[in-house]
Amino acid sequence: MFFQKEIETMNRKEIETLQLERLKWTVDYCYKNVPFYKNRLDKAGVTADKIKSLDDIKYIPPTTKDDLRDNYPFGLFAQPMKNIVRIHASSGTTGKPTVVGYTKNDLDMWSNCVARLCAAAGATSDDIVQISFGYGMFTGALGLHYGLEKLGATVIPNSSGNTEKALMYMRDFKTTALVATPSYALYMCEVAKSLDYSMDDYNLRLGIFGSEGCTPEMRSLIENGWDLFATDNYGMSELMGPGVSGECVYRDGLHFCEDYFLPEIIDSQTLEVLPEGQTGELLVTTLTKEGIPLLRYRTRDITRLNYEPCQCGRTGVRMDKVKGRSDDMLKIRGVNVFPSQIESVLVGIDGVGPHYQLVVRTQGLVDTLEVKVELVDTAIVDSYSYIEKLQKKIKDNLQVVLGLQCKVSIVEQNTIERFVGKAKRVLDLRNEDVR
Amino acid sequence: MAIKQISIFVENKPGRLAKITSLLAENSVDIRALSIADTTDYGILRLIVSDPEKAEKVLKEAKMTVSITHVLGIGIPDVPGGFSVAIKTLADAGISVEYAYAFITPDAGKAYVIIRVEDNDAAKKALKDANITVIEQDEIFI
Repeated sequence: MFFQKEIETMNRKEIETLQLERLKWTVDYCYKNVPFYKNRLDKAGVTADKIKSLDDIKYIPPTTKDDLRDNYPFGLFAQPMKNIVRIHASSGTTGKPTVVGYTKNDLDMWSNCVARLCAAAGATSDDIVQISFGYGMFTGALGLHYGLEKLGATVIPNSSGNTEKALMYMRDFKTTALVATPSYALYMCEVAKSLDYSMDDYNLRLGIFGSEGCTPEMRSLIENGWDLFATDNYGMSELMGPGVSGECVYRDGLHFCEDYFLPEIIDSQTLEVLPEGQTGELLVTTLTKEGIPLLRYRTRDITRLNYEPCQCGRTGVRMDKVKGRSDDMLKIRGVNVFPSQIESVLVGIDGVGPHYQLVVRTQGLVDTLEVKVELVDTAIVDSYSYIEKLQKKIKDNLQVVLGLQCKVSIVEQNTIERFVGKAKRVLDLRNEDVR
Repeated sequence: MAIKQISIFVENKPGRLAKITSLLAENSVDIRALSIADTTDYGILRLIVSDPEKAEKVLKEAKMTVSITHVLGIGIPDVPGGFSVAIKTLADAGISVEYAYAFITPDAGKAYVIIRVEDNDAAKKALKDANITVIEQDEIFI
């Protein structure tokens, strides 16, 4: 299913020609309208006419989240407020929120992106879609909302919270598709099963999930629980919101809206552009955005780009599911460890809960990793040998996935901190003077 | 019928036992016997209480990792060799004991031993055949 077939299936040469033209426009636009960029570009000696090919993008200095924060709230806007029709902001869990503004054209472009990704995921104008993202400053809910309306679907702006009422709407309105974070979708399923209604009273067939990572194990839990087909999409408020890239029904990577966004992969340490097919940090340049254009924005997300055409017919580059965040990545005894890898091991093991904490310490000259996980299987509580077997199984599975020996600690239920927003699961004590 | 033992997974952290025992006290659950063994990081607390179902409920509500285990109780004369006879009976029947703990009762001259075996029925039969008293839940709290 396509929303804008001609654009979604352009050949690579056409895409690249369009991207180069738009990149030049964006560089020029930034230079003329944002003093911050003028300053940066002057220092780097880059002007739009020096960009001869897409490769020349490497001469432009990357933009970071700190740049947005330093210019809080509107310092990076390229348009006067008169032309800005919407403001969104990030949650601000790691500092001041980052604020973004949209012109009418930006909102139009945004809903195109979202309509495309929803169509690619299998949504149609026949779908009744419940949006269970929280509305508000967060881009997720309104982004999907307008995109799905543009596609022609029936949108139920249910928002998050009051799960039982959401489930009532779901039954009574015969909702066919759910927009939520994977963890909320799973929670809704748990609540649904605890109510006096049969799961047959629900009509969900499609899940359009995003805003946080989802391991394949967690995805199958959601799919089996709801009997739906789950797809993942990617975006962030700085770039626009959801809709930067998304999975098609083949679920073999997330298709970029390449007419609007230009992705690259760099080494997050050296900032060098990495050759095609390598894994590194994703950088994205907006190609048409007017409100707050971004040059080479450092997403901190670790992924890989694949330029091979997809079975679905789309020609846009695909990115792998985000493997982790460059600022979440732990380097332990020379091994790169992502919390998501540990999560996928834990989800696959019966008897322990999904919450975990990672503690990194230095013992002597060696870094150690401790994985704390809660015992939930009460059937084995009476037996040391069963608990030890469980501990060993987790340790062995982690060793296979991480290539690293770690200590596994089984702890009591409900003792690992729960997070309402983004989870902070890593406790790195290496630079602390412990004892 | 076996005896219902409460088993609780307890991390080695100050105050955990105090929390558990005060919860039981608040709910008027009487503890008749207990055993605790530990490893470096955690231990398993095993309790014989007046009302196992209630104990399990209140501990679960307090988010404890708790379960009920069916164990065997025997009554033996409080004289030298009393326990030896019972344990030899089980050994002769090829039944191995995972753990055991004992407590004395107000009932003069008798000691009770809680034992955990794989197969309660087989153990019970062997003990009864050897004329060893197997006790039931309600006999503990008289």
